Amino acid sequence: MSAPLAAVSFAPLAVALPLLGAALAFVLRRHTGAQRVVSISTLVLTLALETWMLVGAWRHGAQAVLLGGWAPPWGISMVVDEFSSLMLVVSTCVSLAVLLYATGQGMADGDEDGPISVFHPTYLILVAGVSNAFLAGDLFNLYVGFEILLTASYVLLTLGGTTARIRAAVTYVVVSVVSSVLFLLAIGMIYGATGTVNLADLALKLGEVNPGTQVVLHLMLFVAFGIKAAVFPLSFWLPDSYPTAPAPVTAVFAGLLTKVGVYAMVRTETLLFPGDRINGLLMVVALLTMLVGILGAIAQADIKRMLSFTLTSHIGFMVFGLAVGNVVGLAAAVYYVVHHIIVQTSLFLVTGLVERRGGTSNVDRLGSLARLSPVLAVLFFLPAMNLAGIPPFSGFLGKLGLIQGGVELGTPLGWVLVGGSVATSLLTLLAVARVWNRAFWRKAEDAENPDPLLLVTAADGSPITTYRSVADSDSRFSGRGDTALLPRGMVGPTAGLVALGVALTVFAGPLFQLTEQAARQMLDRTPYIEAVFGAEATYEPGSLK
Amino acid sequence: MTVNVTLLAVMGVLFATGIYLLLERSLTRVLLGIVLIGNGANLLILATGGIPGLAPLYVAGTPAGDYSDPLPQALILTAIVITFAVTALMLAIIYRSWVIARRDEVVDDVEDRRVAAQPSFDPEEDTEIPLETTEFDPTELPSAADDAGTPAGEAGAGGQR
Repeated sequence: MSAPLAAVSFAPLAVALPLLGAALAFVLRRHTGAQRVVSISTLVLTLALETWMLVGAWRHGAQAVLLGGWAPPWGISMVVDEFSSLMLVVSTCVSLAVLLYATGQGMADGDEDGPISVFHPTYLILVAGVSNAFLAGDLFNLYVGFEILLTASYVLLTLGGTTARIRAAVTYVVVSVVSSVLFLLAIGMIYGATGTVNLADLALKLGEVNPGTQVVLHLMLFVAFGIKAAVFPLSFWLPDSYPTAPAPVTAVFAGLLTKVGVYAMVRTETLLFPGDRINGLLMVVALLTMLVGILGAIAQADIKRMLSFTLTSHIGFMVFGLAVGNVVGLAAAVYYVVHHIIVQTSLFLVTGLVERRGGTSNVDRLGSLARLSPVLAVLFFLPAMNLAGIPPFSGFLGKLGLIQGGVELGTPLGWVLVGGSVATSLLTLLAVARVWNRAFWRKAEDAENPDPLLLVTAADGSPITTYRSVADSDSRFSGRGDTALLPRGMVGPTAGLVALGVALTVFAGPLFQLTEQAARQMLDRTPYIEAVFGAEATYEPGSLK
Repeated sequence: MTVNVTLLAVMGVLFATGIYLLLERSLTRVLLGIVLIGNGANLLILATGGIPGLAPLYVAGTPAGDYSDPLPQALILTAIVITFAVTALMLAIIYRSWVIARRDEVVDDVEDRRVAAQPSFDPEEDTEIPLETTEFDPTELPSAADDAGTPAGEAGAGGQR
């Protein structure tokens, strides 16, 4: 009994460790070096713990830990199953890479005495919130997890408090608060209808609620999570607010925050509301999310904005897998979430590097980057092709799985979605190829209004450091000071994340096995419920139907 | 389940005014709207607790049905703290916006406006590509060298002659 329980009983530490690290990092805010050591080692420790939990979940299926020993449904439970532990491991990997990148940036720019010592503690709180949301075994704890990560994200988004960031933050905060209030209302109504907020208990009791009420509760949760996940008519806020933040912040937001929304959506659709009541709606929404998002991406000139639009567009793929509702589709959706977290984050990190090297992230002003920095070109090319779904990469495998799921479903709407997803992949390729052609392939002189930084730093083999004295109001580099354009501390973590994205292809076999097992368990529902209530449960199995 | 009509009416008013304020362009009004909606949500959770009973402190011998439901109260407490934090943050953002721009309004996204206003014609991608795109000097090509009188622009046609 004690051996299989060992890993899962440490699950609360996945939330507590980053929180403690945040407290320590805040105390050490005057000692930048110590702060960096604390936050990086906290994340390494958390990652090790979560990997252990993933192995445990893979071997033994879903397991729950009851906080304080309170029996469910009264106490707070945390559930570790294949899906949640996989998401935990991937999210912490990505957070760690972004933290290293941000640290590298801080060291290169020498902001030891800058005012943003609040970055490290806030970042760790964000990680704690994400972990809490993935582990939450009841709706209210999920709400708390969301609020922790959102509040941290408000602070990260407004770092520095410049005009653009304040403008972006207003939209972001108001939209997030509205979605949180909707979620809270849904929780209140669900509690009123069933008398519980525990997910496993709800899975048993929601089926007995009158169908009309069920639809209302279902749609309220869907809208609340739809805003957080940026699903089509509710995705307007994302491209407006993400691109203004500092590169590492945008990267971690793009990788994690929307995916927590997707996770919550998958969890509630499979566990609380099984059956295909709103699957038709989900399919239409998925199709529109994919197409509208990618059409927006093609129109953009700024790489960060373009990537924000592809981000919302590809959320459609995950909703597609969820809407299909069979094991193949759901497994592919889980795989796609993992793939997308890693690839989208690495693309944003690379864009941060492009901005440093080229002085801007506007493709109309960029050029010759492939000649100036071949490493950067490779780092952009791999995840870009991965995102577009070019065959050997994981994007292709994920999309293939989704299309298989759609074909297996075989309904007309399913076929339309298959067509829509192929069209979206092609348009994604167009969008990233456009960035490639302009920023990397053409000569800087061919650009209409090339950034002066590109013209002054000719590639004659000299070390790529420059004085930040390029006088141009639009360039990020103004004032004086020695700065490395592509410091190793930033290129290293980016390369690591790109390599992880490639590894998703290499280890696609075992990973698909894991996601398929996760999908089976989620569609079955009993493992989750038994994990919380125990196998010799007091509920009648008949009420599951 | 009995319903408290007063609570329902107050909730309705809070939501209606809150949503109205949320749709304004002035940030202070938006903030007030958020506060009102947040309180409306808290009242809704309170209402799910059913008719109020005794304070949920354990007294020996009291039947369980006589107590108020403590869970909604715990949820509201958490929700109030969260709304409080977000309100404080919003105030800071509004103040900052006022300090920077002397404006208490939702501002347009400039880049978004620019993208929306740009023509569908992109000079780099949509300009017609000239027939001959070779970078070599056409006069030095063997076939063109024979025909020295050919203008540079017609090198392609000249080669076929």
